[in-house]
Amino acid sequence: MAETVAVRPGPEGSREPGGSAYFAYEERPRVLEGLRAYGLIVGMWVRSTMAYRASFVMTTFGNLAATAFDFLTIVLMFTHVDALGGYTLPEVALLYGVSATAFGLCDLLLGSMERLGRRVRDGTLDTLLVRPVPVLAQVAADRFALRRIGRILQGLAVLVYALATLDIAWTPLKVAMLPVMVISGAAVFGAVFVAGAAFQFVAQDASQVQSAFTYGGATLLQYPPTIFAKDLVRGVTFVVPLAFVSWLPTLYVLDRDYPLDLPQWVAFLAPVVAVAVGALAGLAWRAALRTYRSTGS
Amino acid sequence: MLDTSVGAAGEGTGVGHDGFITLDGVEKVFQVRRKAGLLRRERHEVRAVDGISFQVARGEMVGYIGPNGAGKSTTIKMLTGILTPSGGRLRVAGIDPSRERTRLAHRIGVVFGQRTTLWWDLPLRDSYRLMHRMYRIPDRRYQENLDRCVELLDLGELLDVPVRQLSLGQRMRGDIAAALLHDPEVLYLDEPTIGLDVISKAKVRQFLKELNAERGTTVLLTTHDLTDIEQLCRRVMVIDHGRLMYDGSLAGLHEVGESERMLVVDLERELPAISLESEGAGPLARVVKVEGPRQWLAFPASASAAPLVARIAAEYPLMDLSVREPDIEAVIARMYEAAAP
Repeated sequence: MAETVAVRPGPEGSREPGGSAYFAYEERPRVLEGLRAYGLIVGMWVRSTMAYRASFVMTTFGNLAATAFDFLTIVLMFTHVDALGGYTLPEVALLYGVSATAFGLCDLLLGSMERLGRRVRDGTLDTLLVRPVPVLAQVAADRFALRRIGRILQGLAVLVYALATLDIAWTPLKVAMLPVMVISGAAVFGAVFVAGAAFQFVAQDASQVQSAFTYGGATLLQYPPTIFAKDLVRGVTFVVPLAFVSWLPTLYVLDRDYPLDLPQWVAFLAPVVAVAVGALAGLAWRAALRTYRSTGS
Repeated sequence: MLDTSVGAAGEGTGVGHDGFITLDGVEKVFQVRRKAGLLRRERHEVRAVDGISFQVARGEMVGYIGPNGAGKSTTIKMLTGILTPSGGRLRVAGIDPSRERTRLAHRIGVVFGQRTTLWWDLPLRDSYRLMHRMYRIPDRRYQENLDRCVELLDLGELLDVPVRQLSLGQRMRGDIAAALLHDPEVLYLDEPTIGLDVISKAKVRQFLKELNAERGTTVLLTTHDLTDIEQLCRRVMVIDHGRLMYDGSLAGLHEVGESERMLVVDLERELPAISLESEGAGPLARVVKVEGPRQWLAFPASASAAPLVARIAAEYPLMDLSVREPDIEAVIARMYEAAAP
């Protein structure tokens, strides 16, 4: 940690005018400061969780079990049909695994942002605004819940099952696509979380709208695009680009036809889309925070 | 203000006259939308702060009072950078709070009376460690400040107790310490003694007094308790309807507001209303209520209670007595009455 030397002022107050009293303030890159603060606050929440260890173990297990039922539903479906929208069980499992892991990652890292509306309503957001670290980092880390790791574990398990069962003609590009799509998928979901939080400054009870896109979107992506109406697929490709989370990259790995007759290279746009929507969400957040600070509501 | 009888804080701590906190015609206007019919909404403006100007010198300790909804909290929020003013100029330590909120945060401490910033499920010590790292306080300074707060706020035995197990008074002391570990030059306190018992209140006041005297920390506090002001602040500002109504000493406020204190006496038996004649100057006090042997006498807040008590004790069978201070709402209400034509 870079620290400047502390000088204790005498009783007469030997402070330099305009300068900070005891240690100089250093301008630091906001992104790094934000990540550092995020880590500090997450650490506090993890320790808070560990104050109730038994409860943590049980809720993590519960989380894992609850999400596992999700996939069991799909397995049960396949006991009656051989294919869903032209996709076999292992193929659907791959779609499911990618989407669930990406969403799980995002849910673990940013999942409590939907509580922002409550903080705005009861005024506790103000206590975050007087701290010397970015508000977004503080809100993102707020009520960090380690138990959400259960969802990631479940997603990874399904992913491993799919990869073990599927007979894929692997190429270096396909191998590289796996981590890329999980990480950029998590980033796309993250952008939705941040944009949703920004919207909660305006409409404080909007967390349900946000859930429609996050939890709803994650569920949607667990099924093949062929079973949905064209307009819905268009919406999640071009408006809220959730299709880039798992559909397009996974279909590339599976050598399947894309929905909407999209060219094959669009699968590689996933990281680009992730960065773009992330930037948009960041701008929305800044605008929303500015509005809050000028209206106080 | 040359009044030296009120408050003992701030003596010889290098109180400057540099306008450490400066407000110049600061305004805050909110647009409020009200439902008018099913879908139609009416917009109207609320001027929460309506052109306030004042200066606070480094090392001053100032009370900022007013009824609920007067604009106190809005002012504090603008001074901390939470809210952006709609108009006017505002500087704290030369910094424009709304534009450089993060930079200012290193130099101010904020205590919100009813919202703790401590970690509910963790020992008090853990919350302080977070401050240590979040504010990047040099290790030695942190240790010194913590030791000092622990000693003066009597936190020694509480450091390892989870915050949820602390009493309200203990938690408030814990919150005050948390706001001071990074050596802020200004401390804003929003209702620091609200809901505290008498002993906790005394501890908090004593600590603030010493902090101001030893460190020269500038303190701005909002309160409903006039005793806070009486014991801590030489200067008090009254705000109502977003305007600064008064800026001066507490004694002066009582004069302006013509406020009265109440002497409650219990006599041995039921007697007619006490009447005390003084030589030429009119009655010392007037009886406002008689209830059996108990009588309520109002007298000017600026006058001493001693001669009044002495007279009653000499002329009546006095059993017991108590003096009640005027509350802020009453003082302000009387101030209005006095100002009205």
